[in-house]
Amino acid sequence: MAGQKKWFKGSTLLVVLFLLAALALPQFVSRYYIQVIAMSFIFAIAVYGLNLMEGYLGLLSLAQAGFFGIGAYMSGLLTLKIHVSFWLALPITALLTAVLAVLIGFISFRTRGHYFVILTLCIGVIINLVIEKWESLTGGVRGLIGIPKPSPLGPLTFNTLESQYYLVLAFLILTVFVMQRVVNSLVGRTFVSIRNSEELAATLGINVMANKLLAFAIAAFFTGMAGALYAGFIRFIGPDVSNPNLTFEFLLYLLIGGQATIAGPIVGTLVASGLTEGLQFFQEYRMVIFGALLMIMVKFFPWGIVGFSKMLWSKYQKHFMKKASEGTATMSTAKGGEI
Amino acid sequence: MDLFAQQLVNGLTLGSIYCLVALGLTLIYGIMEVPNFAHGHLYMVGAYVTFFAMTLYGLNYWLSALLAGVVLAVLGVLMERIVFHPLRHAPASNKFIAAVGAMMFLEALARVLWGSDFRSIPVIYDKVFTIGTLRITEQRLIVIIAAIFLMIALNLFLKKTIIGSSIEAMAQNRDGASLVGINVNNVAMLTFAIASILAAGAAALAGPIFLVFPSMGALIIMKAFVIIVIGGMGSIPGAVLGGYVLGITEAMGASYISTDYKDVVAFLVLILILTIKPTGIFAKGVR
Repeated sequence: MAGQKKWFKGSTLLVVLFLLAALALPQFVSRYYIQVIAMSFIFAIAVYGLNLMEGYLGLLSLAQAGFFGIGAYMSGLLTLKIHVSFWLALPITALLTAVLAVLIGFISFRTRGHYFVILTLCIGVIINLVIEKWESLTGGVRGLIGIPKPSPLGPLTFNTLESQYYLVLAFLILTVFVMQRVVNSLVGRTFVSIRNSEELAATLGINVMANKLLAFAIAAFFTGMAGALYAGFIRFIGPDVSNPNLTFEFLLYLLIGGQATIAGPIVGTLVASGLTEGLQFFQEYRMVIFGALLMIMVKFFPWGIVGFSKMLWSKYQKHFMKKASEGTATMSTAKGGEI
Repeated sequence: MDLFAQQLVNGLTLGSIYCLVALGLTLIYGIMEVPNFAHGHLYMVGAYVTFFAMTLYGLNYWLSALLAGVVLAVLGVLMERIVFHPLRHAPASNKFIAAVGAMMFLEALARVLWGSDFRSIPVIYDKVFTIGTLRITEQRLIVIIAAIFLMIALNLFLKKTIIGSSIEAMAQNRDGASLVGINVNNVAMLTFAIASILAAGAAALAGPIFLVFPSMGALIIMKAFVIIVIGGMGSIPGAVLGGYVLGITEAMGASYISTDYKDVVAFLVLILILTIKPTGIFAKGVR
């Protein structure tokens, strides 16, 4: 128990430090980096959706970029064509994306294993193709241009880059908070039990289908929301926002950070963006390196940076505690360990 | 009726290419349970090897195709050893992720080495045969015939040779195969080599008709997945049947429904099939 408390304190300290750094950041870095980091925050929100599916539920959904694209286009169309306020468009978009996910879930959750992965990938491809070809609605390959900035919320306006950065940050914090609550609730534990064994979960009286649908809906809700934020932030969107390659990038971020961890998506997205910026000179080689990285990560560090550091931390703690007293061996094992 | 016959020929051409790619994919899946997402990108590399062998070294078309087969066989074996062999005991989604990594790697490498330009393998067989109002280019005829030839060769190899039947044995029962002394590692490498050769063959055949570019494998691999899901993952006759069915469906869809949405057809068919029968048609029992 003592160890658990200590770990908790350590992670709280990290969260506070991260928040302070994120809040103070616009004072210290150039506009370019504010933009880059705000973008990674948006992607991180989407990666949280994938994390819930692949990490906690154990189902690799490759339709995520489709949801992101739908979110971006729906919010873009609502604000641009019908002049709906951003603050109304955002929840509508997120909710409708979740509803769509439930509909897709009814079909896709009947399949299992590789079939599920392939089916969701195909759904992602269809969404991408429809967005690209439905020219009268989506503008085809030209996309949507001149999406309005997020409208003011009471006294808060979002005309400057800094204010938009804080807006995105606020949504990221909201996402992490909700995910943290979900994952540590009974529902979250139910998801993990389905991941560990679907048959056992069903035997215990868990409604597997309903839980899968719920997880898919939550994941799509946040992915759609991320898409809406993207549309309001970048203000120009093309069919590429729904390209399956974007799903693969989300997957890369998740794997670098660490699946089935709360910190994983944000760590992975920031590290990958950092690497991308660091590799500016090798812009062309970026995906060569990332592709190789993905293969190496999945073999040697399947639980990513966060999982790996948790494992190191718990080893260190075990070592430390053994010295302190031989009796208290029941340590808090890192999440990475119990999977 | 003319349009129908014309589209039937186009569909058969397209279907032949799909068959060859899907056969490789289904072989690998049958032996190793690996959904090799990078298989389409092996196809892409095959097309580039053929292209450069012909344009840079002035090799004959068939020699270039042969060279592509050899290069791809080596690449396939390397991929099995480096990417999938270490993950043979890993969970299913990890294999999928590694395959996605391999795919990203190959596509980006092609972009770096050869640029993003669209290229086209020079057409040598450019005669046009006319039967009534039906027009068939010689190249399309070659595609259809060569694909059938390759499939017959594959079938003979699997059924009539001892090495080939070791592949079939392993696809049927992995443990049983190793019990009777079949070397699992060798069969895995061999399967990857054969699958890659089929991809190279498909690429060399399709190259003069379609374009060659770094992401050319992305769409075909997804269609190959659709095919092997329709035909039952791991089933060889299923892949052949599925390949032709999809090729013809797409060609008909393009002319009778909409050219814009012709690529959507394949994926809609898949969704429809998996909605009705979640284990795919022809699947061997319940997974």
